Amino acid sequence: MDGMHDLGGRQGFGRVRYSLKAETFHEPWEKRVNALYSLAVKLGIFNMDEYRHAIERMEPRHYLSASYYERSLTSLATLCVEKGILTREELERRAQGAFPLSTPSAPGRPNVATREHFKPGDKVNVKTDYVPGHVRMPGYIRGKTGVVVGVSPAYPFPDAHAHGVKADDEPTYDVRFSTEELWPNSADEAFVHVGVFQSYLTRVA
Amino acid sequence: MPDQSHVQQATASVERRVDAIQAAFDERGMKPGEFIEEFRHLAEEEWVPENGARVVAKAWTDPAFRQRLLANGRDAVTDLGLTMPVHHRHLVVLENTPAVHNVICCTLCSCTAFSIIGLPPDWYKDLEYRARVVRQSRTVLKEMGLDLPAEMEIRVWDTTADTRYMVLPDRPAETAGWSEEKLAKLVTKDAMIGVSRL
Repeated sequence: MDGMHDLGGRQGFGRVRYSLKAETFHEPWEKRVNALYSLAVKLGIFNMDEYRHAIERMEPRHYLSASYYERSLTSLATLCVEKGILTREELERRAQGAFPLSTPSAPGRPNVATREHFKPGDKVNVKTDYVPGHVRMPGYIRGKTGVVVGVSPAYPFPDAHAHGVKADDEPTYDVRFSTEELWPNSADEAFVHVGVFQSYLTRVA
Repeated sequence: MPDQSHVQQATASVERRVDAIQAAFDERGMKPGEFIEEFRHLAEEEWVPENGARVVAKAWTDPAFRQRLLANGRDAVTDLGLTMPVHHRHLVVLENTPAVHNVICCTLCSCTAFSIIGLPPDWYKDLEYRARVVRQSRTVLKEMGLDLPAEMEIRVWDTTADTRYMVLPDRPAETAGWSEEKLAKLVTKDAMIGVSRL
């Protein structure tokens, strides 16, 4: 989905709020949230692709205003409700207030049936796919051309794995794009490398 | 009488919302308290940047290890007794040189090789870094205190799959003859992310 989470290349953001030796956690509840969703993954209630997608499904205004760990919390609660572990009523009764959840999921999709194999040096094109569900292709590479520089072991296809659709493992390719290809005349000169699933790619002759 | 069913109640605080889930898990026998303690230990004691610092110092002093690390990062760090989660199936180590600078990010969420370089700092997960570093790398790094020479090539790595990345910093020239232990103390999480050079 072309959601609010897909931030790469979005303009208008200000300086990074950087500090030396910055902390990961700031409040004790943040560690508890991280532990609780890890526990749910460990118990097989949901997988990491479902977890990421439930964050992406947050209503955009909520996504942008929530802290990082509030997003984790919202995903955890949403999936526990969707999987039938908890009900929203129970959560709101216990929390003594509203408990905002993510928006419902759209359908996922299986791996692309005919996939090509690539090797370092191959020139590839990112398909112009638009999908309603989970996808790990950042919008800024859609339809763009790059060069394969690395091949990874196969992983479950996230577009399926986040939706309970049978997900075959497929390789991801580290694909190098020039910023001139991605944002012509509108970026600092650099190479951007993206881990791209095989289903998202076609060969450039 | 007015319909009250759509009247919104005030949102509970995040602490109360976490308490609610924890209590519900507890009631279902999922033992959240024990797991939180276990997680706290992992986050504070195990997933620390000193792990990656050891890897870097070893790569600086042992050319054969450096070759193995660049060829297959996951196997090489496992040789040093370090572990990665099962779903991190690949670790790609990115070599900085006087001519090339690497920097990592995750534009879609917050993915990192956290068991090696440590859990990601707050700014890494913020909207600003995620939105800007892919498109304005030189500007963003300069704002963060790293002013790279104009001729240095920048390579940004966006962690969009479960492959993980770490930057192998360029060894500072003045460290000839230093021990691995002393070298490791120089290496920071930020240098392994690539927002600083040593």
